[in-house]
Amino acid sequence: MKFFSFKGGVHPEGNKTPTTSEAIQSFPLPARLYVPLQQHIGAPAKPVVEVGQTVLKGELIAASQGNVSAAVHAPSSGTVIEIAEHQAPHPSGLPVVCIIIETDGRDQWIEHSGETDPWRLSEKLIAQRISDAGIVGLGGATFPSALKFNLGLKQQVKTLVINGAECEPYLTSDDRLMQERTGKLIDGIRIMMLGMSASEAIIAIEDNKPQALKIMSAAAESYPELKVLKVPTRYPMGSEKHLVYTVTGKEIPAGKLAADIGIMVHNVGTAYAVYEAIFEGKPLVSRIVTISGGAVNQPRNLEVPFGTLVSNLIDYCGGLKQTPERLLMGGPLMGLVIPGLDVPIIKGSNGIVALTKDELKVKQQSACIRCSRCVSACPCGLVPLEMAANIKAGNFDRAVEYGVKDCISCGSCAYVCPANIPLVHFFNYAKGELVARQKAKQQQEYTAELAKQRQARMAEVEKQRAAAKAKALAAKKAREAAKQQQEAAQS
Amino acid sequence: MSRLTPVSGPHTHAQISIQRIMLTVMLALTPVTCYGIYLYGWPALNLFIITLVSAVIVEALCLYIGKRPMKQGLGDGSGILSAWLVALTLPPWAPWWIAVVASICAILLGKQVFGGLGQNVFNPAMLARVIILISFPVQMTTWVNPQPMFSEQDPGFIAGLNVTFNNETVDWDSISTASPLGYLKTELTLDRNVAAIMTETPDWQSSLMGVTAGSMGETSAVLILLGGILLLMKRIISWHGPVAMLATVTVIAALFHQANPEHYAPAQFHLLNGALMLAAFFIITDPVTSPNTAKGQIVFGIGCGLLMYIIRTWGSYPEAIGFAVLLMNCFTPLIDHYLRPRIYGRNRKGQPLAIQQRDQEEQS
Repeated sequence: MKFFSFKGGVHPEGNKTPTTSEAIQSFPLPARLYVPLQQHIGAPAKPVVEVGQTVLKGELIAASQGNVSAAVHAPSSGTVIEIAEHQAPHPSGLPVVCIIIETDGRDQWIEHSGETDPWRLSEKLIAQRISDAGIVGLGGATFPSALKFNLGLKQQVKTLVINGAECEPYLTSDDRLMQERTGKLIDGIRIMMLGMSASEAIIAIEDNKPQALKIMSAAAESYPELKVLKVPTRYPMGSEKHLVYTVTGKEIPAGKLAADIGIMVHNVGTAYAVYEAIFEGKPLVSRIVTISGGAVNQPRNLEVPFGTLVSNLIDYCGGLKQTPERLLMGGPLMGLVIPGLDVPIIKGSNGIVALTKDELKVKQQSACIRCSRCVSACPCGLVPLEMAANIKAGNFDRAVEYGVKDCISCGSCAYVCPANIPLVHFFNYAKGELVARQKAKQQQEYTAELAKQRQARMAEVEKQRAAAKAKALAAKKAREAAKQQQEAAQS
Repeated sequence: MSRLTPVSGPHTHAQISIQRIMLTVMLALTPVTCYGIYLYGWPALNLFIITLVSAVIVEALCLYIGKRPMKQGLGDGSGILSAWLVALTLPPWAPWWIAVVASICAILLGKQVFGGLGQNVFNPAMLARVIILISFPVQMTTWVNPQPMFSEQDPGFIAGLNVTFNNETVDWDSISTASPLGYLKTELTLDRNVAAIMTETPDWQSSLMGVTAGSMGETSAVLILLGGILLLMKRIISWHGPVAMLATVTVIAALFHQANPEHYAPAQFHLLNGALMLAAFFIITDPVTSPNTAKGQIVFGIGCGLLMYIIRTWGSYPEAIGFAVLLMNCFTPLIDHYLRPRIYGRNRKGQPLAIQQRDQEEQS
């Protein structure tokens, strides 16, 4: 099967060797789990447990609320000791509300059972089970999966693209998952197809994972509707826009979703979570996390219950060799800086990477020489150097013209910039500023609209008052006239 | 652990820096420079050193006055590279002050007045060359034939210093000669035919190897090509500009020569003489003053080639690279404005792509 080659992209050092042959290990249960209510895009989940309550593994502890949200389940059995704020795994280091569970060490599951005949489930029921299991996009975007399924059904998605590209350096969690849990993964993908009545599924795997490619190809062989596609190793292959193009040759129109052109992309991790939800009745309570980076003593792939603190993981991996220059959740291209080791693992954490100064390769920023390496590297066809220059000058409209709204923040431009200009930082700032401006504009329009309505209302009141006055006057006159008449009649 | 900066990704970087780019370009220029110094002897070396040293002094002064970081401004090597390129376009036996004025023009007027690295509109080396060519036409068109170092013609170190610092005392009448392009121009004005003139200019082998009168950067087309290939392999430059420029000159020169061989020199003469090769690989690939996109660079290359041929053939200057490049530099912003890459998911006009009617597609 052939693929289509997108424009641009970069080839960062893979650095996957330290963990690529590290089999997934289960992680010894930590004493406490800090389970954030918000581990997904959308509204935070609403706690349904109380402090002091004992919970079993897989028990619902916070329910989805609002249109876009996801349920949260207890990652292990134990007692809820507190519902309080704890530092979030986010660069800001701001607190997020967590349900803190003291584990009892038994790791006892709540009663659960898989569907007796999953292949006969209706689409609606599959989406319901996925929603109940609290599944979100495990590639890192953490968008609630059930919503995506419903959208897929509505848009009559034909092609399901399974993202096994894992284009971020250091990370091997998806690679290991594909190698070790192949059968379940394949069933997960097939049930996903059923869930959105797709007619084909294409599993895209970068060619730097020969083992996974081999095993997955062999497993998919007996299902003609499944195809495994070897795609070239090029960052950002795992970006939805670029994976869709690579696999189908179609571009997602600006401002639209893949579903609008009949395609839906899901990560391999999500497909596995769907398998567990449907076939085993298990909600999403843990995920596979790669712990790597030059500052870690023994890089590993671990299956980690949500709410486990990063410090617990680092300890299990033999501690740190040296103080990391930067600590990341996710890979080095798009990963987020985390403020310290005291933050919990959440549904979107595919890796913890502790980088040394050598790996970071941070150099002093200098002037842009317009070398246009960023233009060649941009996989979206933008002109990063002009965008950055305009943002710097506060000229946001021009930056939009050069494409800042189409930027996926993949960082290819900044990766190749010889002047070390933090281009993505500029773009993220601009995107925030643009949203703020949009909101301010809406607010303004809303205020103007309210003022206009008030004016209209006041005018109406005035009119009514005038009418009432006129009426009263007329009534008075009529009364007086009647009185006069009466008087005249009496006299 | 200390509080870490909440910076956006990426948290890794390619092994590339401005300094590295500049050093690689200098490395690519080294063979032709060494060869030029060998060919034209001590005066060429003197002039080269004076150009570079004065450039560093001018740049340091500018940075000091502008209160900009000295270490970074000088350390990136961009000023030295500009001066190096200027030196390659000077007549090797020119007096010292030509080199100093050229450096001042390149660094001060070509770069620092615009705000330093990355801000200039014109290629500093070409700007400097054009300014001094117009201001000092005699010194800038006085060429000597190669007199290789350590050969019989080598004037020696002391006499070399004399050439550079006491230029007026040199007996120019006995040694000065015209460059091949200059000779062609002069002889054509005397109504001679090209074929006859060609027999008196160096044959193409000598031009290829550079054993002709000219500036250091006009000597060996082979060594410049070698440097250019190094830059291409190291991905410092892309092929678009150079190929467009060379192809344009080849095609247009061949066409005119074909139409009227009496009056128009053959393509190889244009390709191998003058600074065309240097310009194609080292001047029009200057990132600051050339367009951003591959397409833009092709347009830029074609424009440079076309203008160069027009000015060489019908203008009053036999060597036209400087003018051609400066004129095209003016168009760079315009080219960048019109030749932007297409954004993913949008058409050329920037509107979102239309969603194809899937149902119809399936039916057909």
